Amino acid sequence: MTIDSTPLREKKVGSANRNVTEPVLRVEGLEVTYYTDLGRAKALDDVSFTLNSGEKLGMVGESGSGKSTMALAMMRMIKPPGRIEGGKVIVGGTDLMSLPERDMRKARLNKIAYIPQGAMNSLNPVMRIGSQMADAIKSHLTGETKSSIEDRLSHALRSVDLDPGVARMYPHELSGGMKQRVCIAIGILLQPNVIIADEPTSALDVVTQRQVMETITRVQSEINAAVILIGHDMGLMAQAVDKVAVMYAGRLVELSTVREMFTDPKHPYSQALISSLPNLDNKGVFNGIPGLAPSLLRLPSGCAFHPRCPHGQRELQRSVRPEARILPGGRMVTCHLYDEEGHAHE
Amino acid sequence: MTIVSNAAPDIVRQPSNVVLFFRYLRRNKGLAVGVLILVALTLFTVIGMFVVNPKHAYPLAAALKQPPSLKYPFGTDFFGRNLLVAMVIGMWQTALIGLLAGGIGTLVGVVLGFTSAYFGGWIDSVIRTVCQILTPIPVLLIQVVVAGSLDKRDVTIFTMAIIVAMLAWMGPTLVVRAQVMTMKERQFVSVAKLSGVSDMGIIFKEILPNLLPFIAASFVGQVFGAVFASFYLAVLGLGPLREPLLGNLIWAAQSQGAFFNGWWWWPLIPAFAMILILGALALVNMGLDELANPRVRRTE
Amino acid sequence: MNVKVIVKRLLFFVLVVWAASTIVFFVPRLSTRNAIRERFGELARSGGFSPGDIEKLIESMNKSFGLDKPLLEQYWQYLNNIVHLDFGYSLSKYPSTVTEVIAQALPWTIGLLLVTTVLSFVIGTLLGAVSAWPRAPGWLRGIATPFILLTGVPPVIMGILLVFFIGFRLQWLPLGGAYSPGVVPTWSWPFFFDLMQHQVLPALSLILGSVGGWVLSMRGMGITIQGEDYVNYAEHKGLSAGRIFRDYYLRNALLPQVTGLALALGTVITSAVVVEGLFGLPGIGTALNLAIRANDFPVIYGIVIFITLAIALLMLILEFVYPLLDPRIRDS
Repeated sequence: MTIDSTPLREKKVGSANRNVTEPVLRVEGLEVTYYTDLGRAKALDDVSFTLNSGEKLGMVGESGSGKSTMALAMMRMIKPPGRIEGGKVIVGGTDLMSLPERDMRKARLNKIAYIPQGAMNSLNPVMRIGSQMADAIKSHLTGETKSSIEDRLSHALRSVDLDPGVARMYPHELSGGMKQRVCIAIGILLQPNVIIADEPTSALDVVTQRQVMETITRVQSEINAAVILIGHDMGLMAQAVDKVAVMYAGRLVELSTVREMFTDPKHPYSQALISSLPNLDNKGVFNGIPGLAPSLLRLPSGCAFHPRCPHGQRELQRSVRPEARILPGGRMVTCHLYDEEGHAHE
Repeated sequence: MTIVSNAAPDIVRQPSNVVLFFRYLRRNKGLAVGVLILVALTLFTVIGMFVVNPKHAYPLAAALKQPPSLKYPFGTDFFGRNLLVAMVIGMWQTALIGLLAGGIGTLVGVVLGFTSAYFGGWIDSVIRTVCQILTPIPVLLIQVVVAGSLDKRDVTIFTMAIIVAMLAWMGPTLVVRAQVMTMKERQFVSVAKLSGVSDMGIIFKEILPNLLPFIAASFVGQVFGAVFASFYLAVLGLGPLREPLLGNLIWAAQSQGAFFNGWWWWPLIPAFAMILILGALALVNMGLDELANPRVRRTE
Repeated sequence: MNVKVIVKRLLFFVLVVWAASTIVFFVPRLSTRNAIRERFGELARSGGFSPGDIEKLIESMNKSFGLDKPLLEQYWQYLNNIVHLDFGYSLSKYPSTVTEVIAQALPWTIGLLLVTTVLSFVIGTLLGAVSAWPRAPGWLRGIATPFILLTGVPPVIMGILLVFFIGFRLQWLPLGGAYSPGVVPTWSWPFFFDLMQHQVLPALSLILGSVGGWVLSMRGMGITIQGEDYVNYAEHKGLSAGRIFRDYYLRNALLPQVTGLALALGTVITSAVVVEGLFGLPGIGTALNLAIRANDFPVIYGIVIFITLAIALLMLILEFVYPLLDPRIRDS
């Protein structure tokens, strides 16, 4: 059963935000395909969601599920053999996907900033930190005086708890946590509307991880940006974000508030993810998710999750691709179990 | 909890190795062209060796100073060498020097590189330091000293090869050493060590096969270097003067002022032959480098 | 860079020169041929020497290659002479000393080398950087291809081809020599122009074949650098392509290229020497060529040691340039 549901779905996603404010970020039907020697891989398949100013969205999923592709696509940084096949990314009223390349370059960091995954190697080893921050400013703003740039640097460094003197240092003189803070400082230099942090804490130790997360939360509230946090660590995520999006095989399978996600996950994959978390009740008993993440080159037919799904053995799951549904209360889930107005039918 | 058994992803069908090899050659055109030229040159000299009379490559075997004609396709030189025959013999000798010197250099390099990296400690320090000290010394000039110290009658194709190989083992030593060092840290070597395979067993069964692409690339590089070096020595008049080695022909042509006297074919023919040989070797060398270091592989 | 590193570098420099000198000292002694006596006998027979000169020559021979003292003492004396840049007398240009022969030839060689090395390094590095840069226009990337094809051609052969096609056939440029025969060297524009005309073909022979090498190494490095997180992140920062190319990509890819330059010095200088000989420019190469033809061994040995000295010195200088390019080395 194929439903021509694009406009309908759009409306539903829109109405899901009970906030009256216009969302600062609106992603609609984003699609990315990689054309490899071995075939086509759909890395991002019809992803849509919205985010308001000041909101924090956590994006989780196994590696290869499309989280990082999501971030790159929103920055329009997908490199060949990958290609953005369609969709819109509307930030503050402008669709980034339709901008000319020159304006897109201006939009990066200014409207939408990216905090890299490997902050360890993300800074140019032969340039001072200050120059690497200053060139970002100079590339976007004209007519800045030397002292005003200087002020911006000190301010940005201070707001991530770094001494302004760091500007005169080289990356190899900084610790991993400090480098990550520098990247956050660069991210907020121009006070963007949206900040995407791609596993910002993956290479750091636990204590530093927590500090960096706190820093992100603080600077975000300072500039009131919408933040997308990409990561594996559900625990770390739970404390930092307002909403959680679960990705599977290039699709957004569930999007709900943190509380809803942790107390009552809807999608069977979300349920498996949540129950695989260690907690006080099932200490030491880890329920891994059975089966392997599918290869994007050869996705299972119908619902991509059906071979691993405890309810996936019916003809419907195997042959028909589920569409995104909005459940009463505004949660979004992409699963056949909720086809009829959110009532699970077994 | 239900375990879903048919969850393993479908394996994407890999094309066969042969197909992949040809696909690779199509992308790595340099390697293909280089191999093609080398095969053609080999055919030229091998078939030539059966067809021509080798004596005609030496002085006073043919008419003097004849421009290229039907009888002498490449002409003859001031001393009465048939240049076509001289090319056949000269390329054969060039190949001999190159393969011999390249082989010796690579062999010494592989042995020293392995010893250095595998056993480490003071052996490593000594070998590495010696290599580092010898590397900046201009090899050709030392070869000039060596060749110049020999009695002219002692300079033969074989002594040339030895002279060239004498100072050519440092490069392969350092390359092999670096590769073995990284390989030593890899999982499969540790596993072999833990399961009680002997040092020699690890070297020959585990590390050497993985090093073969590097050794092959290094060997071709060495052959290139040896051909280059022996050519320079000969151009300076330090080669076996009687032999129709390509460099010797050019040296002789220069000495007799071939261009001024209008015998343009005399230096040009060996020059073009040398370009073909060195060009083909350079292409193969680059191609193998690309094969051995996928990092250099061109992005497509 | 601390004192320990500097001392280490200086020690390395001394060791390289010492090793070359030692090879040059012992290799001729291992051979059965006594080159000096041979040459000396030749000279005496030809009778071009006054008895006083011969005495002086023998004295110089005994001093630098002393045939009467024990080997170790000779060796010590020899090393001592080298420290003072004293390589004895030239046999074919007596009473000039080897040092004088080298000093006369040196400016020519330095001029040619400097121009050709700088040009081919700069052109090759830029072309290599551009040819690995995916956003560079196609025609710009295509310029590199002919240079790559010329990589295997030795400078001598390039020289022969240039002499034949441009010198003989087209008669655009002079065939050889430092300046036109009959022209008197003066400090004037016409003479300078004449001089430069004679330098074009030798310079081209050295440049054409060596640009490709720099292109290839830079291209390889460039591809690696492009995969680095910091280049990627620079694009995320919204920097312009030009700025990323210059500050993020080129500057980092340049570091190994400079090391490559240090390693290539030997080949570069050797090629220059051989090409000079081919064109008959009055530099070190021609001096070496003449010395080989005249069995002038002190000059041959002197030139070999001198060039090694020069290479080791240049490498030493580059070692001190490197930290200026890479702050990581400055602190380690």
